[in-house]
Amino acid sequence: MSTLIELQELSKAFGDLHVLRGVDLSFADREVTSLIGQSGTGKSVLFKCMMGLIEPDQGRVLYEGKDLHELDEDSLAEVRRSFGYAFQDDALFDSMNVGENIAFPLREVLGMRKRRQLRERVAEMLDWIELPGIEKKLPSELSGGMRKRVGIARALAIKPKVLLFDEPTSGLDPVLGQTINDLVLRVNKELGLTCILITHDIPAAFRISDRVVFLHEGEVIAQGAPAKVMRSDHDMVRRFIENSFSSTEGA
Amino acid sequence: MTVLAFSRDLFERIGNFTIFLAQTVRFLFKRPVRPRLYFEQMERIGVHSVPIITLSSLAIGMIFALQMVSLLQPFRAEIATGSAVAITMAREFAPVITTLMLIAKNGSAMAAEIGTMKVTEQIDAMETMSVDPIHYLVVPRVVASIIMFPMLTMLANIVGVVGAYVISVGVYDLEGATYLSQMFRDLKPNDVISGLIKAAVMGAIVSTICTYHGLHSGSGAKGVGESSTNAVVASSVAILIADYVMAMIMMQVMY
Repeated sequence: MSTLIELQELSKAFGDLHVLRGVDLSFADREVTSLIGQSGTGKSVLFKCMMGLIEPDQGRVLYEGKDLHELDEDSLAEVRRSFGYAFQDDALFDSMNVGENIAFPLREVLGMRKRRQLRERVAEMLDWIELPGIEKKLPSELSGGMRKRVGIARALAIKPKVLLFDEPTSGLDPVLGQTINDLVLRVNKELGLTCILITHDIPAAFRISDRVVFLHEGEVIAQGAPAKVMRSDHDMVRRFIENSFSSTEGA
Repeated sequence: MTVLAFSRDLFERIGNFTIFLAQTVRFLFKRPVRPRLYFEQMERIGVHSVPIITLSSLAIGMIFALQMVSLLQPFRAEIATGSAVAITMAREFAPVITTLMLIAKNGSAMAAEIGTMKVTEQIDAMETMSVDPIHYLVVPRVVASIIMFPMLTMLANIVGVVGAYVISVGVYDLEGATYLSQMFRDLKPNDVISGLIKAAVMGAIVSTICTYHGLHSGSGAKGVGESSTNAVVASSVAILIADYVMAMIMMQVMY
C-alpha cells in the first residue's frame, strides 16, 4: 500500500517539556494504525502536528508528498479537508442539535447551502452510524456511546481520506467500547479510510489494527504488525502489554 | 514573582492581545460572511438586553432628577433639571451605564461560553475543520457589539430623560412645556453623537477583551470561572479609562 502520511524527524517542545523527540513514522493508505503508550507521551500532539494545527520545532510532515509547513493557508485548509478528527470527549457543539452538528462541516468546509441536501446528508450519516432520527436531539440528551458515534459521523460527513480517533473507547463500558471498535473497522473496510487511533484499549488495538506504534517519552520504541510488537523485547513495551492483557484475563 | 518575570508576563499578554486584535480586524473583511451569526448575536446583545437597560436607565434618570431638583431649588433654577439630565445622560451616563450593564450581562457570558467551548475541545474541533474560531466566534460578537451598544445607549438616553421628566413634572410639579423647551434648546446633536461614538468604541473594547479571555481560558471549571472574572474586571477598568480619554478628546473637538 502507498504511503499517505510521513513524519520525518518530528520534534516538539513546550517550554522545557520535550513532547516529541525525532519521531519517524509513516502511515499507509487504507491501513488501521494504533498509537499506544503511557499518557502524556505526545500522542495527541502528534495528531495535531499531522493536521498542521501545531507547527513542529523540527522535522517535516508530508501528506501525499506535500510538506504541510511549506503550504500556504488555502492549500493547508485543502489538506485538512482530507482529515476527520473524532475527539476523546466527542467535542460536539453543545449549543447545536445533532443535525446541526453534522451539518456544520458540510456547511463550513464544503460550502453546502441547500437545506434539503444538508438534511439528506445528515440523515444518511445518522443511518450509517445506526442512530436514525435523532437530528433534533441536543448532545446533552445523548448517552456517552451515542455522543461518540455522532462525533464520528460529524468527522465523516465531509468524506475525508483519513480519520483520526483520539481514545475512541475511553469512558465507555466494554460492550459500547466494542461497538465503537467495530465502527472503526467499518470506517476502514466499508468507506476505505485510513484510520489512526490513539488508544489505551490495548487488546482492541492489537485485534483491529494492521499496525501498532508504541510511543514512549516522545520517541517511537516499537512499531510494526501487532504480532511483531507483541514480541518486542523492549522492557517498557513488554510491561505495558503484559499489564494490559493480564488485567483483561483477570477480569 | 520577580519584577522581571512580571514585566515579561505583562509584555507577553500585551503582545498576544495585539496579535488577537490584528487577526480580528483581518477576519472582519474575510469571507465567508455569516449573517445568521451576526443577527443571532445582535439579538442576544441587543433585543435581550432591552429590559435591563430600560430598568437601569429609568432608575438613573429618576434618581438624577431627584438630586438635581433638590440641588437647584435653592437657586430657583430647577427648571434646568431637564437640560442637566439630558446632556449628562447623552454624554456620559447612558454610554457608561449601558456598557457596565452589558459587561455584566453579555461580556461575562461571552468569556464563559467561549471558555467552556475551549476546555471541552469544541474550539479544537472547529480548527480541525479549518474554521477559525476568531472568524466564527469573535467577529460576529464584535460586530454585533459595535452596532448594538450605541442602539441601547440611545434607548437609555430616551428612557432616562422620560424618567427625569416624570419625577420633575409629576412629583415636583415643574412646568412641563418650559422644562422640555429648555431641555431641547440646551441639548445639542453633538452631545448625543459623542455618547453614541463612545458606546461603539466601548462595544469594541468589551467584546474583544471578553472573547480574548474566553479563548485563553485555563482548563476546567476553575479556569472558565477565572477567565469570566478577569474579562469583567479588565473590560470594566478599560472602559472607564477609555471614557476619560474620549471625554477629554471630545471636550476639545465636539462640545
